[in-house]
Amino acid sequence: MSTNGMENWAVDLKDVGAIYPFQGSEVLMVIVGLAFWIGWHILQTRHESAEIEADMAADRSGEETRAAIDRY
Amino acid sequence: MEGNLNALTTIFTEFYYWVTIVMMFLIHVGFCTYEVGVSRRRNHLKTLMKNAMAIPLVTVTFYFFGWWIYFGFPNGPGIAGGLVTAPFAEAWNPLMGTHLSGVNPGETGVTPADAALWHRLNGVFWGAFLLFSITTASIISGSIIERARSGAFWIVAVLIGSVLWILDASWGWHPQGWMVKLWGYHDAYASGVVHAIAGGAALAFLIVLGPRIGKFKADGTPRDIPPHNVWLVTIGLFLIYTGFWGFYAACNIPLISPATIAGQITGETWTATNIYLAPTTLSAITFNFLMSLSGGMMAGYLVSKGDPFWTFSMGLCGVISASAGNDLYHPIQALLIGAIVPTICYKLHYFVERRFKIDDAVGAVAVHGYGGFLGVVVAGFMLWGQPSSPYEGFAHINPLGNFAGAVLMFVLGFVPTFVACKILNSMNLLRVPAKVELEGVDFALNHAFEASVREVGTAEKAMMK
Repeated sequence: MSTNGMENWAVDLKDVGAIYPFQGSEVLMVIVGLAFWIGWHILQTRHESAEIEADMAADRSGEETRAAIDRY
Repeated sequence: MEGNLNALTTIFTEFYYWVTIVMMFLIHVGFCTYEVGVSRRRNHLKTLMKNAMAIPLVTVTFYFFGWWIYFGFPNGPGIAGGLVTAPFAEAWNPLMGTHLSGVNPGETGVTPADAALWHRLNGVFWGAFLLFSITTASIISGSIIERARSGAFWIVAVLIGSVLWILDASWGWHPQGWMVKLWGYHDAYASGVVHAIAGGAALAFLIVLGPRIGKFKADGTPRDIPPHNVWLVTIGLFLIYTGFWGFYAACNIPLISPATIAGQITGETWTATNIYLAPTTLSAITFNFLMSLSGGMMAGYLVSKGDPFWTFSMGLCGVISASAGNDLYHPIQALLIGAIVPTICYKLHYFVERRFKIDDAVGAVAVHGYGGFLGVVVAGFMLWGQPSSPYEGFAHINPLGNFAGAVLMFVLGFVPTFVACKILNSMNLLRVPAKVELEGVDFALNHAFEASVREVGTAEKAMMK
């Protein structure tokens, strides 16, 4: 039992192709990878919007903002 | 692999590109350092993360579809032929992973010929092109600091880094690209295919985004917003220069035989080639890289009266403006092009800023956009009549072909980015509100930092006797 089909290296390397685990599931892996990428953008946009809302509610007096501007 | 010489050549080529990838990473260290140096303290962290996260986002998308676009689209498709099949570059192909050159039983989409060629070269070629992709996206990042939402930039980074630039590379930076075939387009070190397109995209982003609060007076006169740390800015630009050595080397094929090129070159003399498989040498590009850099820095020092920001930026612009023809120029030609074009770009930067109220925080549109555009145009004149390719039937390099190519590059960056930014803006996802811009985009992060500092300080003081 081996996840890539190789159980020893008693082979001629010119006869060996892919050696990563779970060969044959490449399309599924691409789908999972694409979902991870698009999901990341969705989550990031939500987090950023929530942070901006919190920033809008903060520092009503403007004191901290003035101090930050002075610090350059 | 057949024969020791072939094996050695393949493994040398694999290692050569691997080294260029490592060197090109310095470009991104430089971009991050540079942008943080330009931004004000209340925006440092978001500025850093905005640029840094372009690296993973462009990487994964370049794996999923960017690499395939390069091989699939050299004919347009529909201009010089149809879509080209390139199974070895499809994300689900076994050659897009660890592969030893044979074909396993049941392995689909791999031919013995593809396996023999690509099993050692696919990853390093992909990596080198990926670093060009990330560079193209990063160029935009600096222009839009202190008011753009990071999420908006990252969507545009994927668009420019994994779709648009690699499409133009397929057209004008591929040995069989239709622009090379039909127009004689020549752009050996990517003045147009990387820099002009990124400059066009940056300009589109800036037009929709608008200037930073305080950049322009009520009467429209621009105010200077100086970098908070000029040292960081210049170190960043030095690092970009250093990474550019890898960029240049990665645009070459290091060693190839005339038989492998299979074009018009006769005899047995092996050579390095440019991206079009036309002969050049690493020595030639070393001369020209350094001379064009020097031209830009010397001109920059004079026109900016010794301003470090512009002296260094114009050095970079010098390299970019000579890059289209730096495989073939004489070093003194590279020097003069590297001096004259950045001077024009510097003047254009301030003209566009005053006339159109464009707030480009790092001058990226000038350095990359105008510099790249003019560099391609100049190469069309300087290299007029020279062969664009080692293959028969290709148009020769000419001013019209390169001018049309330069326009196409800039527009291909500008139009889709403008549309994407308009859509993001309509969804309120492009720019932070004015209050947040004044607070600084790091407001929440700084608050958390200061609260932690206070808490741990209070705890430590309580332990004092």
